[in-house]
Amino acid sequence: MNLFNEPLRPINIGLASFYDSMVAQGANPVAVEWRPPLEGYTELTHTAAGVDIEAANAEAFRRITTGRPLLVGMGRAADVIPGFAPARGRLLITHSGPPIAWERMCGPTRGAIMGALLYEGLAETPEEAATLAASGEIEFAPCHHYGAVGPMAGIISPSMPVFIVRNETFGNLAYATQNEGLGRVLRYGAYGPEVIARLRWMDAVLYPALAAALAASGPIDLRSMTAQALHMADECHNRNKAGTSLFIRAIAPALVQAVKDPAAVADVLRFIDGNDHFYLNLSMPAMKAMLAPAENIPGCTLVTTMARNGTDWGIRVSATGERWFTAPAPLVEGLWLPGFTAADANPDIGDSAITETGGIGAFALAGAPAIVQFVGGTPADALNATLEMYEITQGEHPAFTLPALNFRGTPAGIDVRKVMRTGITPRLNTGIAHREPGLGMVGAGLVSAPSGCFAAAFAALRAL
Amino acid sequence: MPILTRIRAEYHDSIILMQVAAALLDLPGVEDAAVVMGTPANQEIVAGAGLLTPEVAAARPDDLVIVVRAADEAAGQAALAQAQEILARRGPRTETTAARPKSLAAALHAAPDANLVVISVAGRYAGREARAALDAGRHVLLFSDNVPLEDEIGLKQLAVSKGLLCMGPDAGTAIINGVALGFANAVPRGRVGLVSAAGTGLQAVTTGLARRGAGVSQAIGAGGRDLSEAVGGLMMLQGLQMLQADPQTEVIVLISKPPAPSVAAKVLAAISPAKPTVVCFLGADPGPIEAAGALPATTLAQAAAGAAALAAGGDYYGPLAEMAEASKALIPLAEAARGLLRPGQRSLRGLFTGGTFCYEAQALLQGLPEPVYSNAPLDKARKLEHVVTHPSTDGSEQQALSRPPAQDAVNPPHTTKHPERRPHEVRTQSKDATVVHTIIDLGEDEFTQGRLHPMIDPALRNRRIVEEARDPATAVILLDYVLGYGAHPDPAGASLDALRAAQRVAAEDGRQIVFIASVCGAEADPQPLSEQEAKLRAAGVIVLPDNAAAARLAGLVVALAGNAFENG
Repeated sequence: MNLFNEPLRPINIGLASFYDSMVAQGANPVAVEWRPPLEGYTELTHTAAGVDIEAANAEAFRRITTGRPLLVGMGRAADVIPGFAPARGRLLITHSGPPIAWERMCGPTRGAIMGALLYEGLAETPEEAATLAASGEIEFAPCHHYGAVGPMAGIISPSMPVFIVRNETFGNLAYATQNEGLGRVLRYGAYGPEVIARLRWMDAVLYPALAAALAASGPIDLRSMTAQALHMADECHNRNKAGTSLFIRAIAPALVQAVKDPAAVADVLRFIDGNDHFYLNLSMPAMKAMLAPAENIPGCTLVTTMARNGTDWGIRVSATGERWFTAPAPLVEGLWLPGFTAADANPDIGDSAITETGGIGAFALAGAPAIVQFVGGTPADALNATLEMYEITQGEHPAFTLPALNFRGTPAGIDVRKVMRTGITPRLNTGIAHREPGLGMVGAGLVSAPSGCFAAAFAALRAL
Repeated sequence: MPILTRIRAEYHDSIILMQVAAALLDLPGVEDAAVVMGTPANQEIVAGAGLLTPEVAAARPDDLVIVVRAADEAAGQAALAQAQEILARRGPRTETTAARPKSLAAALHAAPDANLVVISVAGRYAGREARAALDAGRHVLLFSDNVPLEDEIGLKQLAVSKGLLCMGPDAGTAIINGVALGFANAVPRGRVGLVSAAGTGLQAVTTGLARRGAGVSQAIGAGGRDLSEAVGGLMMLQGLQMLQADPQTEVIVLISKPPAPSVAAKVLAAISPAKPTVVCFLGADPGPIEAAGALPATTLAQAAAGAAALAAGGDYYGPLAEMAEASKALIPLAEAARGLLRPGQRSLRGLFTGGTFCYEAQALLQGLPEPVYSNAPLDKARKLEHVVTHPSTDGSEQQALSRPPAQDAVNPPHTTKHPERRPHEVRTQSKDATVVHTIIDLGEDEFTQGRLHPMIDPALRNRRIVEEARDPATAVILLDYVLGYGAHPDPAGASLDALRAAQRVAAEDGRQIVFIASVCGAEADPQPLSEQEAKLRAAGVIVLPDNAAAARLAGLVVALAGNAFENG
């Protein structure tokens, strides 16, 4: 192109005074809000073994975005999740985030484990439950190690009913429990009698009703439902009103058809309708099912898991497979429920970051103007929050589009290299649990992933 | 403590309500507050906070619930009113959705028609950004310095292979399509195209053209190292070729400190007879330039004057005679200035913000009988090495070329490998010191580490102006002022206090200092040239139209001072 024969359109990277001079001269410049790369960054186009990273990432992106997650059924964790069944006296309980021993677990995770032991009938009192949990007789492992995801504490115990999501394109499965609602609930670390009673009801009434309805309705396409919810102002992490409503629309006829007791049908519909976050436990396994086929691609620098256990913040990257890269979990900048303050908050927790990993959640904030208070208060702030995530992602999700950005696909496929180069870490929307066991939810807010995970992952990628 | 409740049939999102609750908690007298929709889950939460009133218990899910526990009734009522006011205030707001890209890639997405990327981030990051811009097919102005030499070579080779400009690293000035970039001046557009490996040199010639009514088609900065052996003049050659092909450009000017000989040969070989080409390689032999069919200029002012004449259809050498006449007029000025000096005032002190001006001044003052030392010398033997760092009184690190005399008594001078090259100390320690002149480039690295360039922040030079005035040997202080975009908003004005303080300090000792300056700028600059010159003249500074004239006058004054006092 001939620079001298076309209007000058400069991009300024650096001194703001240069930008101001360009503006003063009417040059219509674009300013880059530049910041230095993270410590340890170097250009990385091929692995040490010679694999073309860009090609590997393109393949991963193709797999992530062509996955088609269907809700195909339900079952108890021990019956349907491979490897979950108790054997030879071993009892497995899975939690959110990277691996962690009881001693280092945060309050909400401990509280939720205690609640799960009460729910399983393995302890009579919270004290007994705590003693059992600390005894070493229980095996703890991340949900992610079993193809499952759990919001907040993310506890899954063997008797818990789970949704089964199958990725129709690749055949892999993912799992999540039924969402309990907000406030004093197990996943926020509460274990009081009302919590256990609710779990028992979900077990006795909600689960069989939904399972029967799903058998009658056939698979529900969660990719399509998520895409619609995004057009209805959900981001499918901290706002699930539309997704929940769409789910009710899809399931209600089958529910009426499959469940004979009208009172049970009414209770089930009322429960789902009363819980704006019911759909979260479907959007999460849907994202998990879409991301799993991108795991273990040689040379691929895309993030396949982001998850927090309330103590550590962890990521896993395609090329490094099962390996976790962790950093201390940060506190969440939040808005608080009545009676609570920042002093009550536990550090960031939950597998729900799988939504952002898959290209929704805070990455789709541009489409969720109702919750823009998380990012400063105006729809423009929400647009910018999403625009920023394009800086660190492989591409635009063909299935999930944002009307507010002229139907541009959501930013999807977090590239560790781009995080390192730009110094921008993924942003998440999230709920906030009380730091003490037993107390439940205290607020909701926004958090940026700690850069340490990415720096550690990048160092490992360079060594491949 | 009273608990007050208000129930309203209106819907708000919970996030907004949490914000309202947070605002209420900040009010005086408010102990606790809940602002929620009246769903059963929220009623439970409100109850948990001890705020469950009968009204809250009776609220329906579609009701807005505001409940406050306050120190007294009045504080509670005020909080309820405040909550409603905040909610009412949330009307439509006007706002822009301007994209705020955080990376070059995002900026290119937002502005696919962008064609030039100006980079001024720290050197160790700058190369990567420049490469990304070139890879994306965009021209680059790389202002940053401290980019490794091998990166510069790689970037420029990439640019040349794609037919792009990679101006810099260390290119402070460019004017592309009439837009001044970096440190550059608001000069009219016209027929003269320039390529320069010297930033202030480019400013001097473009403003010199403007003074003579000529305009600039394009002014391309090549970067300070472009004409080194290693870089091989890649960008000057690329720029020259683009100007030769540009129909708007009728006269070409090339500017540099003396290039590596092999590079000079390459550049001169690329000069085409199709367009008159002025070559200003400061201090270089004019012979090879003339042999290449080009027009040699020994000073920046001469390059500007000659190119302006060519652009107006005249003869390159026309203005030279006129300039020689103007030089003669300096003699009476110098004599008058010499009359102000006392015996012992023999030294010239140049304090420069523009590196090219510092270089040009030294080149012109080589004829003085006494040696001229500099931190950026023409001849390495004249290197002023005594750069000391000592804590200033305010505790910040301050760098100066010499220790103030007062401190020498308590702190012995630093020893260096070349004590004979420490003229400042010689000067300050002995009345019978050998006379030496010093010309300092305050834009050199030793002064700019951790601080702004003196063209932007004049504080360091101002301090040195006063410091030099304390020295009884100082006869002339020679200054440059650089105007334009990127520069200080009022360089002349910012120095006036220092100029007055310097004269006061000298006067207390029964002396006067001769201040001589030139101002590099244009009338259309953010700091109009005539106003800046007027401020300096009003402060008693002798202001000349270009750096070469100022340096010559300064040299004449100290030469006359030397002769007069030696003879008398």
